[in-house]
Amino acid sequence: MSINTSILDNLEFDEENYLVNASDWTPEVGAAIAHELGLELTDQHWAVINFARKEYEESGESPTIRRISKGLGIGTKELYDLFPGGPGKIAAQIAGLKKPTGCV
Amino acid sequence: MPGFNREIAKAQAAGAAEGQPQKRKLFLICSKGSLDMAYPPLILANAARANGVECSMFFTFWGLDIITKAKINGLHVATVGNPNMHPWFHIPTMVGGLPGMSAMASAMMRQEIAKLGIPPVGEFLQMCKDAGVKLYGCLATVDMMRLKREDLVDYLDDVIDANQFIEMSEGAQIIFI
Repeated sequence: MSINTSILDNLEFDEENYLVNASDWTPEVGAAIAHELGLELTDQHWAVINFARKEYEESGESPTIRRISKGLGIGTKELYDLFPGGPGKIAAQIAGLKKPTGCV
Repeated sequence: MPGFNREIAKAQAAGAAEGQPQKRKLFLICSKGSLDMAYPPLILANAARANGVECSMFFTFWGLDIITKAKINGLHVATVGNPNMHPWFHIPTMVGGLPGMSAMASAMMRQEIAKLGIPPVGEFLQMCKDAGVKLYGCLATVDMMRLKREDLVDYLDDVIDANQFIEMSEGAQIIFI
């Protein structure tokens, strides 16, 4: 499946490539960001991305890795395998959310 | 504000792969085993991994308690001779030395930590391990405390000596806690 990433060109991103306006996000935008990051999204990835978006909607914060792990019942190791380099950060980036904050 | 920056994305994707020589590395020396001193390295190690930074932890002296099965979930905070022992109310040293005071203060501290959603030490260490933190015990301390490999957590990577530490920490940012 070819992914057209040109939809990213007209959207606003900050200096770390995080979407500025959460309302600009669509699943196509998410898929495009993931493609640019070298990630092929599976159902597992989408489960995490959708969970992160739901958490953000409910609490105004992107979920930490621990929250995602407990909320979805996916192990920490598996999350790092799905999103190498930091599942909390990268899932938030693909989901068009802000970076998670906090100490855990 | 500009659109998506593909240069940054490419660098990020390249940097995310594991085991690259030029990746930033953190090496934490954990020499303390009290409850309050177990958390700083665990939080840093977890944060390092969450930000794509490689991280190893070296547990020496009292820090070995953090990876000792029998001690890991029973770490205490000092209530005697502790210049900071007034977290929520003041505990004078004479009172702090009474039986049960350290246990009570430690239980309170564990509660406060749990309220913040921070896991207990055992769970936190496992989380760090699952996130890819490497865990090492100090050979000299293991010998001194007369411990065996089975006394330490099963998921420990290795027990190493000072020479190995020096080799392994090359290029890493070393923090002594």
